[in-house]
Amino acid sequence: MTTNANTKTFAEEFFSRRLGREVRPGEIVTAAPDVVLSHDNSAAIIGNFRKMAGEDGRVGYPERIVIILDHTVPAPSEKHAANHALIRGFVKEQRIKSFYDVGCGGICHQVLPEMGHVAPGRLIVGSDSHTPTHGALGAFACGIDRTETAGLWLQEETWFKVPRTIRFNLEGELPRCVFAKDLILTLIGRVGAAGANYRSVEFAGPGVASLSIDDRLTVTNLAAEMGAKNAVFPVDEAAREWLDRMGVEYDPADIVPLSDDADFEAVHPVDLAAIEPVVALPHQVDRVIPVGEAAGRPFDQGLIGTCTNGRLSDLREAAAVLEGRRVAEGVRLLVLPASEEVYANALLDGTLAALHAAGAVVLNPGCGPCLGAHQGALAPGETCLSTANRNFKGRMGCKEAEIILASPATVAASAAKGVIADPRETICE
Amino acid sequence: MTRVWTYGDDVNTDQMFPGKYTYTCSTPEEIAPHLFEDLDPAFAGEAGDGDVILAGEYFGCGSSREHPAKGLRHVGIRAVVAKSFARIFFRSAINQGLLVVECPEAVEAYSEGDEVIIDEERGVVTVGGREFAFPPYPEKVKAILAAGGLQALLKRS
Ligand code: SF4
Repeated sequence: MTTNANTKTFAEEFFSRRLGREVRPGEIVTAAPDVVLSHDNSAAIIGNFRKMAGEDGRVGYPERIVIILDHTVPAPSEKHAANHALIRGFVKEQRIKSFYDVGCGGICHQVLPEMGHVAPGRLIVGSDSHTPTHGALGAFACGIDRTETAGLWLQEETWFKVPRTIRFNLEGELPRCVFAKDLILTLIGRVGAAGANYRSVEFAGPGVASLSIDDRLTVTNLAAEMGAKNAVFPVDEAAREWLDRMGVEYDPADIVPLSDDADFEAVHPVDLAAIEPVVALPHQVDRVIPVGEAAGRPFDQGLIGTCTNGRLSDLREAAAVLEGRRVAEGVRLLVLPASEEVYANALLDGTLAALHAAGAVVLNPGCGPCLGAHQGALAPGETCLSTANRNFKGRMGCKEAEIILASPATVAASAAKGVIADPRETICE
Repeated sequence: MTRVWTYGDDVNTDQMFPGKYTYTCSTPEEIAPHLFEDLDPAFAGEAGDGDVILAGEYFGCGSSREHPAKGLRHVGIRAVVAKSFARIFFRSAINQGLLVVECPEAVEAYSEGDEVIIDEERGVVTVGGREFAFPPYPEKVKAILAAGGLQALLKRS
């Protein structure tokens, strides 16, 4: 490696390696992705693909295509069922091996790393705006549109603008009862919903070591809500251990290091010890306030799940908060494990039984109510306290409903109280 | 006579094409009369072939819809030159065959009446005779723009 490499951001170094030459931020380059992800929207993408390739056209790169049904599973209507059937037929016809049907996968952003599709140095594109999630394991991962996804079923390469980079330097450790969700919501509140528009976002510094891989996935998932094109954590010992445990094969030489001396557009120091539990008020993810300021506010439905916070550690956290307590009268609490794998583990270790005993409704893995197309719909005037990543008006299907975002611990503690509550009062008194 | 249309920061996709039409207008012909309806009522009637749009920061922010890019290309907008673009708009513009150029210096330099010429081969925007460089597009992107979009490019005849 040249000494020069140390002065490049992750994004610059990543594309320089891919292209075998130095790239500059702002430059547009072409490259071949290693993974092309899509979900239920594959039905629409098949339509685009047929328009390009003709009725009997073949996909060019079946081995890199990953299709995961998650948005509306199992199908809530005939129309959704027909879309799923169309996708199943296409997958068979085109011999696409990485297909995760209902009951075999879960939410795409959970299944992709779990099933070994994510590795350091991989170029991952997805027809979903939360694709940056996969940078938690050192991949360059970003969202693309449907037309482009269809294009990548057909041709090898697509174009990428080499982004400028914003760096968050994490120091210290999160206090007890404060979680990765509180951290990333706080940062979004600080820089704003467009604060990282089109930027590559790097999370680095000594504080990274204290964050689990689940935590990091939550952070990179929500980085999309500050406008990030991609987000990345360094591949440290914890990440390598996680990848080994999952049986992911990769070449350590493909790890793209994060350099502190690169030309960042902005550097934000973050003291983890100073982070507090927060919520994001309707209808913008950057309307972040300390949970204490929202305490006492009533809500109707709690939701623990989604690609942001439906992992085993999230469910365990919620179960721990609810231990010896019950969901308060007048509140309903929905829990959706992010994947079949998470579901199985939470079943085996008693987490789901504990949540059920506390009065939660445990639903099947999938996106569930997150996008307002399936399960757990809200009535006009209702409020949902949710662990998801978006609280836009109408997001959960009803324009006259409100969504407030919080960590699993905050949702669980609030569900037990019947009003929004600081989880520290419940679990850290 | 081509025109230069200038706008400020944060022009969002709702101003460029109102959300209420997204399901009723999908062809470029249907989209064109509603372009910039809530931003600049003169635009749809007067904009024409070869016109250039100059804008500030974060052009195309808001919800992701392909309509504005499709419509702008249809009326013959030569290029949008902005200080910066929202990511999804930038992607969909190129994939719809609309030339988008990020060049803050060129936008700053403009004053009323200046001629704006874009040379995408060389990666140069000329504003009132002064040249400003932007990184030229790779061949594959030029091919998408020349074909009028990704779908048109990949369509097998
Ligand atoms: S859980 Fe919600 S945000 Fe995540 S992929 Fe599904 S719909 Fe999108």
